[in-house]
Amino acid sequence: HRMRFHQSPVLLIGEEQPKNRFTELQVLKGHFDIVRFLVQIDDFRCASAGDDALVLIWSVETGERLQELRGHTQQITAITTFSSTNGVAAHASLITASSDRSLSLWDPDTGNRVQTISDLQSSVKCLLVLERQCVWISGGEELCVWSKDFQLQSQRQTHSDNGITALIELPKNCIAAAMDKDIMIYRLTVSTDSSVSVAEIRCLSNHQDQIRSLITVNDGLFASGSHAGELVVWDAVEWNMVARERILWEEPQAGTEIRLGAAQPSEVSIQHLSTNGKLIVAAVGGGLYVYNVLTRSVLAYRKQAHDSNVLHTSLLDVMSCSEDGSVRMWEIQEQPLMAEATSAGLFGGMWSFGRSNKSSVHVSKKTPPDSAPVRTLELTGDLIGHSGAVQMFISFNESALVTCSTDHLLILWKDGQRESQRRSLALLHKLEEKGGL
Amino acid sequence: MIGASDVVALTKEDEYSQAIPDPWALPEEFSIPLHPLADSNPWAKTAYAKFTKDFILISEFSEQVGPQPLLTIPDNPKVCGTFDLNYFSLRIMSVDYQASFVGHPPGSGYPRLSFVEDSRVVLGDSKEGAFAYVHHLTLYDLEARGFVRPFCMAYVATEEKKIMLQFQELSLRFSQASECLKAGNRRAFAKELQRKLRDLEYTHSVLQREEGLQREAGPQCIYSAHTVEKANELANVEKSIFEHRDLLRQISSYHHRPRRDPHAAACNKCVTECWSECEELLERYAKLASPFCFNEEERRTEEGQHQFDEEGVERLDEGDDTSVKRRLSYTPQLIKAKSTKCFDKRLKTLQELCDSTFYEATVELLKETERSFRGDLCYMHTRRLEKSLCRKQRVTNFLFEEEVGDDDEEKETLRPFCAVNHTRDTFPLSNPPPIVLGTELLEFDQLEPSPPPVRSSTVRHTQDSELGLVESHFESSPSDQTLETQESSEETKGSFSSDKSGTCAAAEAQHDNSSDLTPDPDPERESSSEEVETTAGGEEGDQTPVSFLDVMCELEALQENGSEGQTQPLLLPIDTACCIPQEGFLYESEAQICLTPKSPQPCQISVVNQEPQSLFPLPDDYTMGTPCLQNPAAGLELPVGSLGDGVSHTSAEDGSDCTISTSTGSDSTALSLGYGGVVTLRQRKKAGHGALRFVRQYPFAMQALWCLLSGRTLVVLGADEGRVRRLVSALALFVPGPGKYGEKVQAWLSCSITLTDLQRWKLIGLQRVASPVGSNMLYSLSRYSRYISVLDADQRTLRCPPYRGHLLTNIADHRTFIRRGATYFLHVQSTLCHLAARAFLFTFTHHLHLPVCSTEGPEVVEGRRRCFLQKQLELGEEDSQILLYLSQLITQHYLHTSTGHTDAAPLFSFKYSTSLLYKHRP
Repeated sequence: HRMRFHQSPVLLIGEEQPKNRFTELQVLKGHFDIVRFLVQIDDFRCASAGDDALVLIWSVETGERLQELRGHTQQITAITTFSSTNGVAAHASLITASSDRSLSLWDPDTGNRVQTISDLQSSVKCLLVLERQCVWISGGEELCVWSKDFQLQSQRQTHSDNGITALIELPKNCIAAAMDKDIMIYRLTVSTDSSVSVAEIRCLSNHQDQIRSLITVNDGLFASGSHAGELVVWDAVEWNMVARERILWEEPQAGTEIRLGAAQPSEVSIQHLSTNGKLIVAAVGGGLYVYNVLTRSVLAYRKQAHDSNVLHTSLLDVMSCSEDGSVRMWEIQEQPLMAEATSAGLFGGMWSFGRSNKSSVHVSKKTPPDSAPVRTLELTGDLIGHSGAVQMFISFNESALVTCSTDHLLILWKDGQRESQRRSLALLHKLEEKGGL
Repeated sequence: MIGASDVVALTKEDEYSQAIPDPWALPEEFSIPLHPLADSNPWAKTAYAKFTKDFILISEFSEQVGPQPLLTIPDNPKVCGTFDLNYFSLRIMSVDYQASFVGHPPGSGYPRLSFVEDSRVVLGDSKEGAFAYVHHLTLYDLEARGFVRPFCMAYVATEEKKIMLQFQELSLRFSQASECLKAGNRRAFAKELQRKLRDLEYTHSVLQREEGLQREAGPQCIYSAHTVEKANELANVEKSIFEHRDLLRQISSYHHRPRRDPHAAACNKCVTECWSECEELLERYAKLASPFCFNEEERRTEEGQHQFDEEGVERLDEGDDTSVKRRLSYTPQLIKAKSTKCFDKRLKTLQELCDSTFYEATVELLKETERSFRGDLCYMHTRRLEKSLCRKQRVTNFLFEEEVGDDDEEKETLRPFCAVNHTRDTFPLSNPPPIVLGTELLEFDQLEPSPPPVRSSTVRHTQDSELGLVESHFESSPSDQTLETQESSEETKGSFSSDKSGTCAAAEAQHDNSSDLTPDPDPERESSSEEVETTAGGEEGDQTPVSFLDVMCELEALQENGSEGQTQPLLLPIDTACCIPQEGFLYESEAQICLTPKSPQPCQISVVNQEPQSLFPLPDDYTMGTPCLQNPAAGLELPVGSLGDGVSHTSAEDGSDCTISTSTGSDSTALSLGYGGVVTLRQRKKAGHGALRFVRQYPFAMQALWCLLSGRTLVVLGADEGRVRRLVSALALFVPGPGKYGEKVQAWLSCSITLTDLQRWKLIGLQRVASPVGSNMLYSLSRYSRYISVLDADQRTLRCPPYRGHLLTNIADHRTFIRRGATYFLHVQSTLCHLAARAFLFTFTHHLHLPVCSTEGPEVVEGRRRCFLQKQLELGEEDSQILLYLSQLITQHYLHTSTGHTDAAPLFSFKYSTSLLYKHRP
């Protein structure tokens, strides 16, 4: 299933952004190098990590730096939260992996390094916590299964050069690991003495280029995206291909078809995928692409959503951040009638469909006008603040957004009106406490 | 001796400190008496006074040359002008009691030190137009006649009322200074005594040795003249030793005496130190008597010591005098037989008389006093009112007011403080003078918990009992004398000449025609602004907004500039009564002159029977005594709108900038802002001038001010540093909550701005560079263009969101009739104060933020809030933004100060709105 799109006219949003609610920001300083990762710890805390080997815990409410987790000597390569229930309350911890070939468990409340494993054979590139099995998995050149108290349960060498770059959990005690062009399915078996063993079950080799992103869509589906612009949706239980799209941007030059996609793979490289269970948004080069999993069709797209590569996306609010230093907010809108007419005309004949060559994939044949996206991605606002590429962002209950960037900064964006009301209430509360001015 | 014809003294307490209840009186902090001298012409001040500023004079009645001035504070010959200090010294010293008792009192074998308390007197010299608070004190000097040297410190002013009403405070401060001097003097005196005693002892031992040799030589020469002489000499030396020892005892007992003077509270530590020092000496010299191993001496010694006991001085136990000895590294000298008090000997200077640290501390103290009494009564009064108001609105003060220090409350309790060393840091240096104006006593009680009874005897406190020897010291009390003198001093003061300052007035009229943001080329002006720079750091008392030099230089410069607008009808040079410091000139128009004399209240300070000013005829343009306006508040209105455009419209064209643009990093004229020093009121007032020029020159000034007041960062872009800095320091007036050190203002930045800069600074001066660096900078400007407004000083453009409100029309009218920077500053200040008050109301009104009942949702509250802003305060969208921003600052400040400092990053709020480009079309 190949798609070729052309770009809609140049994207510009003025300074008037009535739908942009982020009217207050705080610059959070503390890192000394590129900040690459953000994880949410709970409703009011997040952790940031990056190339300076530091992990910082921030309060999203006040912007204060709560803890500074020092211990790693080289850049952080993966970070995840790890919640353990001791009796009543769930307690969140952090697991970090670093290029110094160590893994650490941190208590974000105290800043203590609770556990640490060093002298691993290779550095860990991804982490996955399996809550149900009470284990966690590290992926790199080898796949290791660890118990909650940091005991190695099982280890498995991989056969790829690059090692495991992404891990997701699948139903029936299975996990999927992205290795180069393949996705390996492993099954975890917990024996009676509660030791865990790992077995390779299936290797899915449908991608023609390196897999860049691997996500769980919903209970029955997962998706992967490759450097060559292939987006594949997989069945999570049967591990077969459900849908496959090849994204190729087309130049909107009348009559001629110039495939830039083939010439410049980075233009179509799927950097990031995110989903809400029904839709998948893919960061394709500097563009965005919204795919409807249910109808297996493209819902909306924008080729030049950003001036350069999009690095991270989200679908809760459709947002994307990019190397150009901006975060943009989108709205999936109905195609205006006039626009639909013109775009339909432009799209005519630009869709090319191809049956996938390997496994049996259900592909619905559609006429080109039908498969043309029915909606558009409209820019509703952008956040300008970082002076380097925005690596990642996470949002907190729509009340706050944290972005991290290569400029060593984090920015905490908030709804100014809401915050000022909150502060007003705090003031009146304080006034009452003090019993007057 | 010259008669003290003009000696005036304070009368009874109830005659001046008791206010007559006024049924119309507002609460005292709101009732600003428009014309403090209600029964006189406020403009007809002592124009003929030969000095322009109040100053402090220290004089001495030298026993050699008579009264002579020693020192003025400020120590600048310009201060006194042509005022004859010598003559005035003579006047003030002549009213001094010549109190010091000299010689042996009856029944006492030794000379006595006179312990005279200071005396205070108010003196006027109508011919000179000078009035003075005179504080007499005596210092001890071993070589002086009667061991005393009379000095006086005088606060010399042109305004009698100021002296009279500030009497308490003056007295307090001068007492402190005097105590400080005396403390130093006692130490120095004790040291001098010590030296003398050593000399004497040495001489004594030498003489003894000689006598012994003579005795051994044989009895044949027993009665020779030489022997007799030697014996007499020895006896004299011994007597002298006892005399001096007694003096030492007296000086050390000084501290035990009860003080009558309520103001004479000395630092405890100083006293203790001095006392222990004296005790030590006393101990040492009490024992040194023992080497006199002859019977006669022993007998005498016993006698002396016996006397000590009688007088209650603690008898010192004998033993370790080694420690004392070790410290004394003085080589004693032989004293000639006849020590004479001849006139050719050099008298010690004041600095020598007191320990130099004490002397310097005193001078500092007096300087501080001089500073805190600058300005006329009305100015001081207004300032005082302002302070008391400020204290009441602590929550919003940080926005536009000077930060009132937290120690203000401490200041209200006057504690004895030590000028020298001990408590300088902990005690506030200045006690705010309780300004009493007219018959009011504003917060006087608050300032002084227990005002000392002011009787005529307070004026001259004299210690008439000393060491229990009451009977011997009646002569030392001079109060009788002075009372006589003052009764006989009913001399009418000279009349005032009315014709003055016509030229000044005309000059002032042209003043603003040359307005430009370029600095005045006058070198003197430059230097005076440098002076501001140097004194900027931490100077509490720097409250005089416009120095006299400034005004004069401005005037001089203007007079050279040609004579446009000479015909302005009324330019009133006033040095008082206009709520600006003395020497100020207020540009007034006819309609605003409101000379409403209050119902003639009896002047409570009735020492001078008549205000001389009220006698002379007024200029025709205004008439006294006609109650032209019923509402006294009308007099406070600004002189807006009564003059035609004739004067003002020229200013915009004339404002040719780029004329003087030698700008380096050390451009001192515009360096008033930035890190490193507290932004003083004085600097802010100077900035008022620049702000006024900005408002008049730039038609989009209102937009710029709106940006600053609504919290949108304003970047002033320009190639010329001096110009940018001047603009920044002028605009800094409008930055809400600029921080104590102007932290929110960056006067000059030459690298491209970052987000952190925008968060930190609300007003940035940015260098325009024509290079790759410059393009980088322009890129960052355009990148963050949504957060900033850019004022291009070179192109004269402003890029910012449109402002359509009306709140700022009042302060950003480029056709304003305000001509003086200081006036404009006050105008702006009052507008901003008004804004802050509204923001306060908005912030702390519960129902604007909380639901009134449980059924109300947040949108109802939101609606109420909007309604409050739009309907009740009648604010449009943009004006509401100002208020909301101020309210936000207040909220954050309130939450922040009460929770203590967090290390959270500062907030940066903004709005997404389109900007327009405003151009200046000349």
